[in-house]
Amino acid sequence: MTPTRRQFLIIAGISTLGVVCPSVARLMASRSESAAAPGLKAKRWAMAVDAAKCRADCTDCFTACHNAHNVPDIGNAKEEVKWIWPERFDHVFHAESHARIPEAMRTRPVPILCNHCDNPPCVRVCPTGATFRRPDGIVMMDSHRCIGCKICLAACPYGARSINFRNPRPFIGKLNPDFPTRSKGVIEKCNFCEERLARGFLPACVLACEEKALVFGDVEDPKSEVRQLLDRKFTIRRRAELGTKPQVYYIL
Amino acid sequence: MLEKALTGSRRYGIWVSFLLAFFGMGVFFYLRQLEYGLGLTGMSRDVSWGLYIAQFTFLVGIAASAVVLVLPYYLHDYKAFGKITILGEFLAIAAVAMCGTFIFVNLGQPSRVLYVMLYASPTSVLFWDMFVLNIYLILNVITGWTVLTSVRKGMPPPAWVKPLIYLSIPWAISIHTLTAFIYAGMPGRSFWLTAIMAPRFLSAAFASGPALLILFCLVMKRFAGFDAGREAIQAMAKIATYALVTSIFFVLVELWTVFYSQVPEDMEHFRFLFAGLDGYDTIANWMSLSVVCAVAGLVLLLNPRTRKNETTLAVACVAVFVSLWIEKGLGLLVTGFVPSPLGKVVRYTPTGSEVAIAIGIWAMGLLIITVLYKIFISVRQEEAG
Repeated sequence: MTPTRRQFLIIAGISTLGVVCPSVARLMASRSESAAAPGLKAKRWAMAVDAAKCRADCTDCFTACHNAHNVPDIGNAKEEVKWIWPERFDHVFHAESHARIPEAMRTRPVPILCNHCDNPPCVRVCPTGATFRRPDGIVMMDSHRCIGCKICLAACPYGARSINFRNPRPFIGKLNPDFPTRSKGVIEKCNFCEERLARGFLPACVLACEEKALVFGDVEDPKSEVRQLLDRKFTIRRRAELGTKPQVYYIL
Repeated sequence: MLEKALTGSRRYGIWVSFLLAFFGMGVFFYLRQLEYGLGLTGMSRDVSWGLYIAQFTFLVGIAASAVVLVLPYYLHDYKAFGKITILGEFLAIAAVAMCGTFIFVNLGQPSRVLYVMLYASPTSVLFWDMFVLNIYLILNVITGWTVLTSVRKGMPPPAWVKPLIYLSIPWAISIHTLTAFIYAGMPGRSFWLTAIMAPRFLSAAFASGPALLILFCLVMKRFAGFDAGREAIQAMAKIATYALVTSIFFVLVELWTVFYSQVPEDMEHFRFLFAGLDGYDTIANWMSLSVVCAVAGLVLLLNPRTRKNETTLAVACVAVFVSLWIEKGLGLLVTGFVPSPLGKVVRYTPTGSEVAIAIGIWAMGLLIITVLYKIFISVRQEEAG
């Protein structure tokens, strides 16, 4: 049946409304959401890692993070995806390590993660802006814009980034429905739990740590826990001589 | 003129079918990679670039080397290159096409490749490199094709093409400089973080490019009845000689800085490159071959007798090409990643699928060269009557 002009106009009109209304509704919903958001805010998010408090063989922070973010467990080093994980002290702090540091200290595990640099080389080299720095300092990944060129993996001086060498979804242990999964071919890394901060929660790794070895907060706020810790203790940062201004501070 | 590529001798047909078969093989393996992901390659989270980007880096040099013909002919009116300048431009077209394809197959999300233009990021060297490479491709297509069309008509090239040719000279330098800047601008990779990277790239390019062109000219003389002329070939051989000497000099300069200053991080990479680390010496073995080829090529090119003899010249050109293909290819690339930022020696071995795709892209490049050179030779023969 060929529709008459009148029928055609009605159908076209309804279709247009169908397209416009939900987006308007979504827009209003997102506005009211952000207005009422109980989210945590900061001038500059940062983390302090008191690695001396870490128990040997403890995996609490890695497990909590990887579960919260649907990080796949591929099961081989070549295609491994990781956001926060342990490395030996002498690997993490090459230049600071020397033969007179007792063996037990040199081989002690230190948790490492994205440093959320103030001057991030990964952001500089990204050809599409898929990785970017928020005003509060969190270095973010837009999985939908990432073309998987891997230049950020080469640019990151900390080895903090991973790429999905294949579809990661079959390798996710227990799916967290509140956080997106990724597709093959895109890069991912620690996001300082921005999705939890937005809902008013501290990062998953910080809450998971029974020893309180991870301290997170606004480094620009003199009253914040992380700032007070930095004011009191001597801290170092990974490869700070490169000028990347990393925002993960280590107490050793 | 394109129709000239469709007819040819039996040998031409066999060669084209041979290349098409390898290209088809590459396409087959690429479709598998597209389905599965980059896990089918030997790349890992630590050595995150491999064979593909190594070929890309090397081929940008081949593309840029067209300038060693264009510059003497158009700026210095060096007549001996008049006949073959188009060959250099056509080689550049094929090389840039291969570069683009190698970048493409390296992407984890290839369907989003145009995001590079849509979300243009001026701080990204990769963005600028893709931009200049595309312009360079267009410049060479326009100038090469227009000049060949005027050869066919027996007329001098139109005046408007001259500015484009002049522009292509600095542009050739820019493509390889920006490719070097991709590497030389990364704070955490001390092996690449050196200001001599761009000069090294250019000198290696001006040795490997002419070496390849000489080989093509010798092949065409033997099989296609086109003689580039003794003077042109010898002039290219001299350019390759000086460029090779410069390239080796630059590597030695780098070695001196690294091993005299004795900064551990810098030395580790060079130790890996030439001797291997923790029992991983595959790259070092390839580099030994590269060094042997460089020395052999240098001796044969420096000696006037062997340079003037076309057989030994061909051997020298193969040696130079192989040497620089290794050095500026996987040698440069893998060593940048090993040891990793965490001091680990991570192995990289290209997989069969990865090699097949790379061979497919080389076959595609050779096919483009074959077709363009065939058109060139047919046009010249027609014009000669």
